[in-house]
Amino acid sequence: MPTASLNPGYSGPVRDRVENFGGAQLVYVHWEGHNNFCSAITLPLPPETPFGALTAEILPSLYSVDPDWAEVDLSTARWMLDGEDWQPEAAKGIGEQGVGHKSLIRFWTQPSGRA
Amino acid sequence: MAARKLNLKQKYGHFTRGLDWEPSYQSKDDIFPFAKYEGIKVHDWDAWEDPFKLTMDAYWKFQAEKERKLYAVIDSMAQNNGQLGITDARYLNAVKLFIQGVTPLEYQAHRHFAHLARHLPGAGLRVAAQMQSIDELRHCQTQIHTISHYNKFFDGIHDFTHMHDRLWYLSVPKSFFDDATTAGPFEFLTAISFAFEYVLTNLLFVPFMSGAAYNGDMATVTFGFSAQSDESRHMTLGLEAVRFLLEQDEANVPIVQGWIDKWFWRGYRLLTLVAMMMDYMLPKKVMSWAEAWETYYEQAGGALFADLARYGIREPKYADVAKAEKGHITHQAWTIFYNYTHAAAVHTWDVDDQHLAWLREKYPETFAQYYEQRYLNWRDQANQGKRFYNNGLPQLCQVCQVPMAFTEVDDPTTISFRVSEFGGDKYHTCSDGCKDIFDHEPEKYSQAWLPVHQIFQGNCGGATVPEVLDWYHINQGADNMDYAGSPEEAQWEKWMEGRRPAAPMAAAAE
Repeated sequence: MPTASLNPGYSGPVRDRVENFGGAQLVYVHWEGHNNFCSAITLPLPPETPFGALTAEILPSLYSVDPDWAEVDLSTARWMLDGEDWQPEAAKGIGEQGVGHKSLIRFWTQPSGRA
Repeated sequence: MAARKLNLKQKYGHFTRGLDWEPSYQSKDDIFPFAKYEGIKVHDWDAWEDPFKLTMDAYWKFQAEKERKLYAVIDSMAQNNGQLGITDARYLNAVKLFIQGVTPLEYQAHRHFAHLARHLPGAGLRVAAQMQSIDELRHCQTQIHTISHYNKFFDGIHDFTHMHDRLWYLSVPKSFFDDATTAGPFEFLTAISFAFEYVLTNLLFVPFMSGAAYNGDMATVTFGFSAQSDESRHMTLGLEAVRFLLEQDEANVPIVQGWIDKWFWRGYRLLTLVAMMMDYMLPKKVMSWAEAWETYYEQAGGALFADLARYGIREPKYADVAKAEKGHITHQAWTIFYNYTHAAAVHTWDVDDQHLAWLREKYPETFAQYYEQRYLNWRDQANQGKRFYNNGLPQLCQVCQVPMAFTEVDDPTTISFRVSEFGGDKYHTCSDGCKDIFDHEPEKYSQAWLPVHQIFQGNCGGATVPEVLDWYHINQGADNMDYAGSPEEAQWEKWMEGRRPAAPMAAAAE
């Protein structure tokens, strides 16, 4: 149902269009089983970002404050992209592997988490 | 002939409908342009009965008396260093949340009730809105005057209006009220006067005011009491306004029900911040959030909705979810604030053993199982000099704007992720309640000013955290970070040291 309004056809500026992010798109990542990180984390990433850069640099910069991270082997992690199982390749860009603006990446690791 | 004195009813009549007139050269639709577009049908404005019949002259007299009392207490508190009488400086963080988050809403309410006092077509309701508008301005002022005293001694409350417009957690209350004031007059009344003031306000005021009383904060207690007689008038206005709409036309029932569903959920999510304050920020606890929810919503609200059933109104959708979540949301909210204390104008801290025991007792089904270990880990890390802070920025709910920390009702270990598509873009929400609200009016919520996204668009002072904090006007190293090691803690300890009795001579000699 459209918003009730004085003038028919009400609409306004969509504030988070991908064009507003200077070449990046927003990507949310969440390490399942580790809700000591209160929520998923928002990242502005160009679609060309190789998936390998995410796992080798970006995720460690975010999650290594948790002592569990040292034991995590991301090569055995299970990945989910926007609600679907996902088998990303390290060398390819995230954009070409289906990651779009405001996509959500969730991943499960061993150890599975204690918090 | 001696002048006859009017009785109250006559006086009220002259002061309200007596001041109204029938327009002769303008149409009513032009004079009241907001009255019809929401689809609400009112056939007889004269059927509105003001439950209080308060006239302006009596109102001024009554309020002036309350003002005198309030300012006498504030003066005496200032002269007697009342800030030293609170239980602990940690308590002040509840007051900080109040002035940063709630006081600006009082001002917004003042403005919008003034708008209603102009734009509601019935004279009786306009006068009620006029008085409430003045009440809200008074609440805003008294809160500022009270808290300005604390501002001389504590951090984080020096620029609350600026912070309200910018800080990530304050976008939660700000966007709540922006949502209401950009709705039509009847949705606003249902949202603020009914869903918030009538159904949920006890959950805001009682814990804050009882919390203040338990923790030696007489200043806050005083403005609370000064506001309370107004609040009961506001609550009654909310209930009567909703009843009036329901009685005027059957077609109003589904519209009002939709607003009740929406604003119950909006208000409930907003109260998460208060809930956290109750369970975590009060050194002396009043009651737990779960207990408050049972008393002030499940029991009182249950009776209210049973009463409204005769109009065809049912309990708000997702009230069952709120009930099911009550053992979780405060721990999840504290987790958010603990994660991001470096970017907030309130302190958090590690939960001590006594507090852990209280949480286990109050939340026997959830706390030990799902949250205690998290706090113990954090305490260990802090003791090793590695206090846990989240280096990323949180994903926010598109509707309530709270970081998406809430979990699935049937699985407290899994975050509740909901997503909608609109105009080719994805929109993430924290719950079925917020998703419904988005899906109903996507053209509205796709405009949301989400603080995290704004930072990444480069609209918040810069790309680094210190630059953004400067833009927030957070005095870094004082307003933010853990309470342990803060200037506020050091200052408080110094004051308390000065107040402790000197050690007896014998002890000192040993």
